[in-house]
Amino acid sequence: MARVAFDEMSGLEGSPAAIREAYSQLKTWLDATPPEHFHTRRSQAELLFRRIGITFAVYGDNESTERLIPFDIIPRVLTKPEWNFLERGLKQRVTAINAFLTDIYGAQECLKAGVIPADLVYRNAHYRMEMRAFRVPHDLYVHIAGIDIVRTGENDFFVLEDNARTPSGVSYMLENREVMLRLFPDLFSRHRVAPVENYPDALLATLRSLAPTTATRDPTVVLLTPGRYNSAFYEHSFLADKLGVELVEASDLFTKDDTVYMRTTEGPRRVDVVYRRLDDDFLDPLVFRPDSVLGVPGLMNAYERGTVTLANAVGTGISDDKAVYSYMPEIVRFFTGEEPILHNVPTYRCREKDAFAYVMDHLSELVVKEVNGSGGYGMLVGPHATKREIEEFGRRLRHAPDGFIAQPTLSLSTCPTFVASGVAPRHVDLRPFVLCGADEIRIVPGGLTRVALKEGSLVVNSSQGGGTKDTWVLDG
Amino acid sequence: MLSRTADNLYWLSRYVERAEFVARILDAAHRLASLPTNYGGGETNEWASALASAGDPEVFKPLYDGINADTVSNFLAFSPQNPSSIRSCIEAARENARSVRTALTTEMWDTINGAWLELRNYEGRDLNREDFSRFLEWVKGISLTFDGSAYRTMLRNDAYWFTRLGTGLERADNTARILDVKYQILLPAHEKVGGSLDYFQWTTILREVSAFNAYHWVYRESIKPLLVADLLILNRQMPRSFANCYGMVVEHLDLIADAYGRRGASQRLASNLLARLESEDIDRIFAAGLHEFVTAFIGENNRVGAAITEQYLV
Repeated sequence: MARVAFDEMSGLEGSPAAIREAYSQLKTWLDATPPEHFHTRRSQAELLFRRIGITFAVYGDNESTERLIPFDIIPRVLTKPEWNFLERGLKQRVTAINAFLTDIYGAQECLKAGVIPADLVYRNAHYRMEMRAFRVPHDLYVHIAGIDIVRTGENDFFVLEDNARTPSGVSYMLENREVMLRLFPDLFSRHRVAPVENYPDALLATLRSLAPTTATRDPTVVLLTPGRYNSAFYEHSFLADKLGVELVEASDLFTKDDTVYMRTTEGPRRVDVVYRRLDDDFLDPLVFRPDSVLGVPGLMNAYERGTVTLANAVGTGISDDKAVYSYMPEIVRFFTGEEPILHNVPTYRCREKDAFAYVMDHLSELVVKEVNGSGGYGMLVGPHATKREIEEFGRRLRHAPDGFIAQPTLSLSTCPTFVASGVAPRHVDLRPFVLCGADEIRIVPGGLTRVALKEGSLVVNSSQGGGTKDTWVLDG
Repeated sequence: MLSRTADNLYWLSRYVERAEFVARILDAAHRLASLPTNYGGGETNEWASALASAGDPEVFKPLYDGINADTVSNFLAFSPQNPSSIRSCIEAARENARSVRTALTTEMWDTINGAWLELRNYEGRDLNREDFSRFLEWVKGISLTFDGSAYRTMLRNDAYWFTRLGTGLERADNTARILDVKYQILLPAHEKVGGSLDYFQWTTILREVSAFNAYHWVYRESIKPLLVADLLILNRQMPRSFANCYGMVVEHLDLIADAYGRRGASQRLASNLLARLESEDIDRIFAAGLHEFVTAFIGENNRVGAAITEQYLV
């Protein structure tokens, strides 16, 4: 890791204290604030989070099933022009993804034109044959996307992942802002920070716009959770509360005559839109995993009959698959007729012979990921791995090259972060949330900034010890 | 509202109420145990009776060596094997609260979640008598804050009514359990039911339902067993009496029925029970057998609970 990272406060390291405009106020504040003050504020923040009950469960962690995601009190700042650029790129990307999904579950023009190899689609575990049988309401598949973006320079932004299934983290975006507003009101008076608090309204408007045409003018929206033992349960209940919709578990729903109902104290009530935070596999035991107790028998039939909308649609996993990801530039060009605004990280598909040979020769420089993995599990960060880890991973790779892709180790940008030794640069990424309704695409300015708290680490996932920051888009 | 949400709210408030009840039982037992023997204190039966009122002796037996202050206090306050221990109640309350966060106000959630977090400061520690009584005070504070925040912050809709129903049913059951046990255990074998009980044991009962001062205001007399029973069973002024608990249950069941436009078995059973309590007379109850009366009430209360579940919660 000899490469120098771009620091979002001070630019490229080495340049003599050239503080970037966006951070000038913040820098003054950081310099003027004694470290004890940060300590106090940080423990206050932690207390606030504990009281509110923001916790997440880490799988495989026996010590405690509920843990706080570390919160860093120094905000990450983006300028308005930077945000405008990202917003344009995100809208283009999500539009292309929806067109791509409509196509592969419909006319399949992109397969005929050879934009993407057909077997990559058909043999993909996330491709749902069931979805070929009908059109989803409004031809929209991805209604809520959390697109991970990394930065490597002043003007260099890359899409790392298109989370198009059930992206999480938006509750942290909202709560981080609330906590910052409570702890540092003076900072907000010195900056014009674009608000994010209208996200729930935007989400509700999006979900309502997606109701089937047979629904009444006041459609019933519910949020379907796997239950309180799920790692994101806090977020599910938080969002249901902000949206003012029922938080339902599978046992609260049933189907009758291809229509979905929920059990209420006043008898059955029809459900029009299900914002489901449950993976495809578990949705309906009659169609997918028969052992799923988290699903609703008959849900897929109702979905097919068009009496209910699922958000996101079933089968969107094909579009955030890491192997399909590498074709996204071609997909964007094919479906929008435009050049992609946001770039992909160059990706080696190990399924291709030449690429595979290159990857095997350069394991120590590359990040190798499982095509179907997520959450930072099952990946190799070459430059940080021991020789043995590299050898072991090489063996797995040789065994099933189709299951992996590799990318150069990006030197992610850093932001000032409060750590044990004081304020120091740490690597960050950004997950903005894109809402795609039948009427319009909505994106609240900002998103969730994740930060790798360990010095030099590039893994920002909360399951791997990453933290979060409030993300500010300066408006004027 | 979702049936499951109503169910969680109902049980949430039942567990909060139960935690306070167990704390009161422990508090009263410690007080009685600290009295000199010839005032009724120091005998082992106050611990056996505390155990029988607030826990299940069958669960207790294999876990501890003998019934005494330490074992019963530990079992009723902290044992994870005892589903009605204060610790289990707080945990169950929090589990229920966690699945219905959206139906709770912030204040209610803060109370339950805060209690659950603070519980760790007491658990597993060797508490001396003073620590322990501070712990019991803390537990009583939880239900006061919980009830207070529900009363002050909740919308007056079905969510609130189901919360109050849980409190009413649990409270009725708790008062009945005290009477049930005190009659079997505290009454010496040679005295007939309705005869003279030891003053300090009757005052213990009053303390268990926080009615020691109330008694004097209501009856303006020295403590008499008949009047203690009257206060706990028939007196509508007394918050924990059967009659008042049922007034509360009927009131909230009626509000639910009006809002939903339909009455059912739970409304019928509860209002019949209330009507019978209102027409009863304490002398008649004693004549017919207090223990039989209390046992019958416990059964009726359970039937109302089952009807509520059947009608709304599944």
